Amino acid sequence: MSKKDRMSGNEAVAYAIRQINPDVMPAFPITPSTEIPQMVSTYIANGEMDTEFIPVESEHSSMSAAIGAEAAGARSLTATSSAGLALMWEELLLAASNRMPLVLALVNRTLSGPININCDHSDSMGARDTGWIQIYAENNQEAYDNFIQAYPIAEDKRVHLPVMICQDGFITSHAVENILLEEDAAVKEFVGEYNPEEFLLNPGKPIAVGPYSISSYAMEARYNQELAMENSKEVILEVAKKFKEKFGRGFELFEEYRTEDADYIMLIMGSAAGTAKQAVDDLREKGMKVGVLKLRVFRPFPAEEIAMALKNCKAVAIMDRTESYNGHGGPLASEVTAGLYRSKVMIETVCYTYGLAGRDFTVETAYEIFDELKDVAENGKKVKQHRYIGLRSKERS
Amino acid sequence: MAGYNLKEVMNKPERLAPGHRMCAGCGATIGVRAVLRALHEGDYAVIGNATGCLEVSTYMYPYTAWEDSYIHNAFENAGATLSGVETAYKALKKRGKLPADANFKFITFGGDGGTYDIGFQSLSGAMERGHDMVYVCYDNGAYMNTGIQRSSATPMYADTTTTPVGSQSNGKMQNRKDLASIIADHDVPYVAQTTLTKDFKDIHLKSEKAIYTEGASFLNLMTPCPRGWRYETADIMRICQLAVETCYWPLFEVDHGKWTLNYEPKKKLPIEDFLREQGRFKHLFKPGNEDLIAQFQAEVDRRWEDLQYKCAR
Amino acid sequence: MRTDVNTINEKTPHEDLTEGLMMFAQATSKNFNTGEWRTNTPVFCAEKCKQCLLCAPVCPDSAIPVKDSKRSDFDYDHCKGCGICVKACPFGAIEMREGQ
Repeated sequence: MSKKDRMSGNEAVAYAIRQINPDVMPAFPITPSTEIPQMVSTYIANGEMDTEFIPVESEHSSMSAAIGAEAAGARSLTATSSAGLALMWEELLLAASNRMPLVLALVNRTLSGPININCDHSDSMGARDTGWIQIYAENNQEAYDNFIQAYPIAEDKRVHLPVMICQDGFITSHAVENILLEEDAAVKEFVGEYNPEEFLLNPGKPIAVGPYSISSYAMEARYNQELAMENSKEVILEVAKKFKEKFGRGFELFEEYRTEDADYIMLIMGSAAGTAKQAVDDLREKGMKVGVLKLRVFRPFPAEEIAMALKNCKAVAIMDRTESYNGHGGPLASEVTAGLYRSKVMIETVCYTYGLAGRDFTVETAYEIFDELKDVAENGKKVKQHRYIGLRSKERS
Repeated sequence: MAGYNLKEVMNKPERLAPGHRMCAGCGATIGVRAVLRALHEGDYAVIGNATGCLEVSTYMYPYTAWEDSYIHNAFENAGATLSGVETAYKALKKRGKLPADANFKFITFGGDGGTYDIGFQSLSGAMERGHDMVYVCYDNGAYMNTGIQRSSATPMYADTTTTPVGSQSNGKMQNRKDLASIIADHDVPYVAQTTLTKDFKDIHLKSEKAIYTEGASFLNLMTPCPRGWRYETADIMRICQLAVETCYWPLFEVDHGKWTLNYEPKKKLPIEDFLREQGRFKHLFKPGNEDLIAQFQAEVDRRWEDLQYKCAR
Repeated sequence: MRTDVNTINEKTPHEDLTEGLMMFAQATSKNFNTGEWRTNTPVFCAEKCKQCLLCAPVCPDSAIPVKDSKRSDFDYDHCKGCGICVKACPFGAIEMREGQ
């Protein structure tokens, strides 16, 4: 039986961690993810779980220790945000290349500078090519549900890759909302026991991890990583299906909200999807055919599936909560448009950068964007293909 | 120190296999073999390794030289990586996921680059948290893997590729960092400084103590590098002996806070005897550079007196 | 699954490499011949040897096998010819010869 409760995204993830009770958690505090290791430590202090917590001296060490623990045969995880993720960047690559199925609870926060503690996606987007699966949540419920699905995805033999479960800093991590929590036993059963085949601590069966490789092997190893990432798509969907069967809440690679007959679609990720959905409901009331495509799984990137989902609309707004500094658009802009081109879906696209460093994204802003899409599609309005929304400027936007 | 018989110890199965790619005459693998011989037969081990000569040469895919489980992660994080492994052992033991009689020991090796410098924070954290592990620094006094650049373990006036001797330079300007003392100040149960000696008794007993003392231990192990120090490969044991007899590299240990000098030369040799053997100090013997040697000697004397004071308390 | 090092070489297709380039095996370096590096070769004179074993621990390449407290001849598949053992021997029981 699910239980109704009220909690923040950080509380929800910590609650899931308690239920899963992994073997080892090294962590170092950083706003806004600090509460997760705090809450886990409190659960341990009160005997509600018995994970071994390592209070490491940096995030580089938290990911290093997590890799060591995972290689040793322990189910491991850590949590971080922003500069913490940036500091462990080298280790993110190693977690993936060593094929360690560990999990990272990421609470998205902007990267410096200027130093700022609020949400955008520059941290996880900076790590987008490190070989991690990345799954984004719109709200606390999804953060909880995604976290429960993380280990079954990571530990699947077809995958053996690390998984990053992302939620928006403060907006999701700290805002208290209603949530449905599952029973401990049901969550434990869903996640299952971790029994790796080969591990450092297997007595009499030593292994060696982390070689130097000459170029004769390194490229093949990278390709195997890429194949595992491709394989993970079907595993993510299988795990989502099992999750729905057990707990009733369904997940796909992305959610299509009122897109079926939509002329204008906003493609967006994370908490701002909630705002976009509200705008869609309001505009639908006024007869405008609009919808939202909320991307859940950014890695692996469902390029073809997105193109197919967008092919019947007239224009799409691609929303990046980060900047790529390339004069061209953010990561979503680049990858979505490339996917459309490959699938020969030649619809209008406008790429917006929004919500940097915690800048509000409002329903009114979403109205404006849909209006602009309409103007582009119907009146041929010329707009910059890559533009900021919600920015103060002497130029009228 | 007692209970050591070289001929018995050498009967133990070798835990570092041949076929690795370390240079001919490398001191590091001599040191690694000696440390691993201190493991009791029947005990398992997980070996950690910071990026460096030892790592790229002993695990070049698909050839691992290690008889035990081995993990290399990156350059600056050998301390943290083994912290994770050791904690996993605790967790899995607690949860009954490992056989009760499987006894694992945790030893990590890092060069002076990975230990004194880039991995210093990770080492300090692992020591302070008190993981039941041994961190062994194989100290050859420079970044040898990348081509002999200075480190904070490099002695003063050494000619390295980033402190080259020239018309305006006498080599490295600074004294070496005293890492063993710094780790001793972490108040870990056991810290020792050792090197390769004729019968390998010093390194063996210290390794055994480090491995079998509960909690975090640290060994600072001087392992000369024939390429970086510029001497004939065959001379390594003599170089080590001179390092000890000149008191450049004193043998000491700090056991639960108690400092002990393990060897006191009957007649302390002048530092020239150590320096003269090595190409990296050749410039010090040019006429007019006598004051540089005198400064080197003064620093050795100062540190030796300081150590004697600590050990006399 | 344990790894057979003999199945991995520079022609092995990606499907047959081990996951994450881990080796589920130990001491596979024995299969790699570093003896080829040698330019000078130590020669063991058994009749001069007193079996003090001072040569065995100084070898960087674990190339002096010891059994029952006695050393035997060099492992020439791996000896790199550094000459440390020659100087470690107090009895002149190891000689250095030029060449392989």
